[in-house]
Amino acid sequence: MTNGWADIKNTDMMLIMGGNPAENHPCGFKWAIEAKRNRNAKMIVVDPRFTRTAATADLFAQIRVGSDIAFLGGVIRYAIENNRIAHDYLVNYTNAAFIIKDGFKLPEDGLYSGFDSEKKTYDKSTWNYEEGGDLTGKPVAPTPPNQNAQPQYAGQQREAKGYQGASSAEAKAGAVPAPSLPPNIAYDLSLQHPRCVFQLLKRQYSRYTPEMVERITGIPKDQFLKAADLFTSIRKDGDTKKVATILYAVGWTQHSYGTQMIRTAAMLQLLLGNVGRAGGGVNALRGHANIQGATDMGGIFDIWPGYLKVPNPNDVDLKTYLERVTPKASKPSPWDSFNYWSNTPKFAVSYLKAMFGDAATKENDWAFHYAPKIDRNYSWTQIWDNMYRGTVKGMFAFGMNGVAIGPNSQKNIEALKKADWLVVGEIYPDETSEFWRAPGTTAEEMKAINTTVYRLPCAGFAEKDGSMTNSARWLQWKNIALPTPGDARLDQDIVAQIFLKVRELYQKEGGAFPDPILKLTWPYTEPKHPALSELAKEFNGKALADLIDPKTQQVIKRGQQLPGFAWLKDDGTTSCGNWIYSGCWTEAGPQLMRRGTEDPSGMGVYQNWAWAWPANRRVLYNRASCDPSGKPWDADRRQVWWNEATQTWVGNDVPDFKPDSAPKDHMGPFIMNPDGVGRIFAPLAAFADGPFPEHYEPTESPVVNALHPNQSNSPVVKRLTSTADKYGTVSEGFNIICTTYRLTEHYHYWTKNNPVNVQLIPEPFVEMPVELAQELGIKGGDTVKVTSARSFYVAKAFVTKRIRPMNIDGKKVYQIGLPIHQGYRGIQEDADRNARTLANRLSPAVTDPNAYTPEFKGFLVKLEKV
Amino acid sequence: MSQATLAIRRISGHAGPAPGAGVERAEQVCKLVDTTTCIGCKACEVACLEWNGYAFSQTTFNNSYQTMPTTSWNYWNLIKFNEHEREDGALMLLMRKDQCMHCAEPGCLAACPADGAIVQYTNGIVDFQQQNCIGCGYCVSGCPFDIPKFNSNTKKMFKCTLCSDRVSEGLEPACIKSCPTGCLHFGTKDDMTFLAEKRAQQLRENFGMEKAGVYDPQGVGGTGVIYVLHDVSNPEAYGGLPKDPYIPWVVQFWKGPAKWIGNLAMLGGIIGVTLHYLRFGPKQVNGWKHKEGGKP
Repeated sequence: MTNGWADIKNTDMMLIMGGNPAENHPCGFKWAIEAKRNRNAKMIVVDPRFTRTAATADLFAQIRVGSDIAFLGGVIRYAIENNRIAHDYLVNYTNAAFIIKDGFKLPEDGLYSGFDSEKKTYDKSTWNYEEGGDLTGKPVAPTPPNQNAQPQYAGQQREAKGYQGASSAEAKAGAVPAPSLPPNIAYDLSLQHPRCVFQLLKRQYSRYTPEMVERITGIPKDQFLKAADLFTSIRKDGDTKKVATILYAVGWTQHSYGTQMIRTAAMLQLLLGNVGRAGGGVNALRGHANIQGATDMGGIFDIWPGYLKVPNPNDVDLKTYLERVTPKASKPSPWDSFNYWSNTPKFAVSYLKAMFGDAATKENDWAFHYAPKIDRNYSWTQIWDNMYRGTVKGMFAFGMNGVAIGPNSQKNIEALKKADWLVVGEIYPDETSEFWRAPGTTAEEMKAINTTVYRLPCAGFAEKDGSMTNSARWLQWKNIALPTPGDARLDQDIVAQIFLKVRELYQKEGGAFPDPILKLTWPYTEPKHPALSELAKEFNGKALADLIDPKTQQVIKRGQQLPGFAWLKDDGTTSCGNWIYSGCWTEAGPQLMRRGTEDPSGMGVYQNWAWAWPANRRVLYNRASCDPSGKPWDADRRQVWWNEATQTWVGNDVPDFKPDSAPKDHMGPFIMNPDGVGRIFAPLAAFADGPFPEHYEPTESPVVNALHPNQSNSPVVKRLTSTADKYGTVSEGFNIICTTYRLTEHYHYWTKNNPVNVQLIPEPFVEMPVELAQELGIKGGDTVKVTSARSFYVAKAFVTKRIRPMNIDGKKVYQIGLPIHQGYRGIQEDADRNARTLANRLSPAVTDPNAYTPEFKGFLVKLEKV
Repeated sequence: MSQATLAIRRISGHAGPAPGAGVERAEQVCKLVDTTTCIGCKACEVACLEWNGYAFSQTTFNNSYQTMPTTSWNYWNLIKFNEHEREDGALMLLMRKDQCMHCAEPGCLAACPADGAIVQYTNGIVDFQQQNCIGCGYCVSGCPFDIPKFNSNTKKMFKCTLCSDRVSEGLEPACIKSCPTGCLHFGTKDDMTFLAEKRAQQLRENFGMEKAGVYDPQGVGGTGVIYVLHDVSNPEAYGGLPKDPYIPWVVQFWKGPAKWIGNLAMLGGIIGVTLHYLRFGPKQVNGWKHKEGGKP
């Protein structure tokens, strides 16, 4: 979340899309209700189903699964057409005024400039700012930006032969240096230049008319217009006080263009000036108590803790790596840019010191070579694909149920059958640890499975202490409520003991490259039982030598905990396991254990409750809550402001800004971007699939793309091609859209072991429109079979008015939905009262090219009565 | 379920003044359920189950998120889900927390013949005292909301206590505590009525719900559970909430005029028997032979 849960109460308008907070985040949803109750805030819900969130909404629109970019693009168009935009915000805080290189082409035929049809990747060199100065009011060449784009591009294509872009997956190329942002960006503050971002944006979404939105999304034009009018009404008649928020969850993430859906939301919020403001922002509602923590701590293959990029084999030394990953400021010359990622070397060296301690020295590049380099995609679906193909031989599965998660669960089951070993740390026997008894496995087949399964009883959440990071980026400490039962052990103890054993073997036997294992720091009081408090202190970081702040003369003694990441150094005098968590456990004590409920501003800031990264800031980019002169846009919702007397930024929240940068310096509020501004246009390699989002169809779709029928899907989405990865089409009879979701009554695949949850929702079901059920002769409670190109799923029919048939571009289309919670182990399953198939047997292993998240949310199926 | 700390206003099946009545003055307590902010999360169901110590029971899917048709003797709090199409065609998913309404004029209490099996405390809570319950089920016929439920093992009736055990200790009912959205409120009847009317007014004025209003039916003297409804003119849409509930005539007649007619009849009978005895003396048995040990 850019903002936080409690902050939602400050909003005037909510757009909830790609999420169902009433059901999946009921405790956080209280703040949405607070906004309605106390501010008369309005709520728009756009979803394929009329959910329990929709039940409390002021406006609901049923959308076709996966067509969200078309809807949001339509709202962008509506906002521009009706002048419901935040003009000053747009000009000063976003890249709307920046000029884009000649040769950049909008995807009016479905492709941006630079597409390499062989490699299915983009050469992104035209997706860049033009160099130059102030072009405001200057005459421009009469040719519109894209007319001559194609021939130019063709020329560039020849020149750029061999260049493969800068994304990690393509890192092998190396030889040609990646293009970079110009230091001195050309701009037109009048926003009139035909190649300025604003004009390109206008042109890009000019195709997303209400009629086109209806054709793609199935939302009738008048209903779409009502929604667009209501959402943008906060900027009616030049109002700059009101604020709108967008709340989303994995209903956006889990598409083959999920990142771009979220991008569109971010662009809309920038256009309306809602980012950085109380009650505004783009807010990801995380589905697990600590999934934010998992990403923060580098739980993804291509990032280190704190969102540092993982090195690749071309990073021959630390210098090369740091040069590649440390951005240089790029801005209009009269403006200033903090470019906070310019501190990357301090974060990276401090991280290496935390990992390898005294073994990390200046002479050995701070042990940079001990850190693994990624040479290819190691994302979730790829791991399973590799196991299915026999190259991954074993797996540790802790805190997750990989078979049930899917996608394409049957493939994961088949993959495990081919593995040599599997270690599962769990609190219940689950589908993964018992993959060998998945339904459909014959006794003969079972005999042929040679995978050795080690099942380790782990501790449940109430049996562990430690911090969890919530959607609002709050690190909150919890204590142990219960002792672990029986032989169950803490997860960290198991991992520690395995590591120590491996290290012992390396000590005894040597090995190809023992140093990273032998020299890893393991400074915990009880090496076999590392305390999570010690780990939290390690993340926070400490001084390895006496440090002195030249401005304030403040001294941090050697060995002391650091007050925050501003103290980090790239000379080996600090260590820090995760720079964004620096400040969570200081010399003043564990900040993440704080329980202060005072809230002087009344805006739900709660500065003394737990600790929020970064630097205990509650709303990110909060400099943008003020106008360029440093005054809050809304005097009633004051977050931070410029204090002329002290010449500093002060406020109710921690300013997310250089504290002494005066408004006249025109420093951009988006300090993590090298350009300092919110990016309506995402230049260069920020995204693999385009600098502006474009509507593409899901990999499996019942219709062709109404915008460009010859380029229906995103051209850079790659499909896995193993024998288990099949994709269905309408002509093969897969003519119903299916989406997956979660219910408020259950928590993933876990609570099917808990009697009360089972009582609340005892059985798996499939929600379907009344009309579809009638066509197929299905009554509520009948057993039905849902079949995709990959596998089938059996459950009971839930015939409901809450999903209605849709008219997509003149074609009648049905959507159905199924909760994912049941499987083949659980109270009902074990008693043989439930169908025992997994919902994710149906979903395809096709992923977003940026985040590698699978497309769980929209695919094609057949439906029949059993 | 007896709560010594709560003063009793009346008790069922008990002649004469209620023991301790009027000794202590207590505020009327009230639950406010704002159906417009209910998200059907069922936290109140689970809180009720857990606070009262009832265990898991087997349910089946029945084409709804609601997996039990009604409340039961060991399940006192149930969200009723209803898909409702408005006149303009718009769909609504109505979710209403169903439980004992704690009527000011409780039909169950009126109908109950067992001495002290149903009590109404001065704070308005209507509570069943299972130790006095004879399991006759007459309370069911007295209730316009279908609330009292029979446990066939113990032969006793059960229902929501409005957490009289918690309330008497100054706590809110368990369901209220668990509600994540603040759809449930608890306080004095006056405060809840004020809050409910204010909310209904807000819905009418700012959210286009012209028919929003407060459900506090006067046919049972008002209730200790009041609802804010999107459309107060159609409470039936919320899973059969009666539009104008009243205590059935048969119960009213039985416990009202019928009781006195019965009493009079009984008194008349006794007088008649006495007069008959005085006038005619004991009845003589003639020509009847007693058969010892034999079957008639």
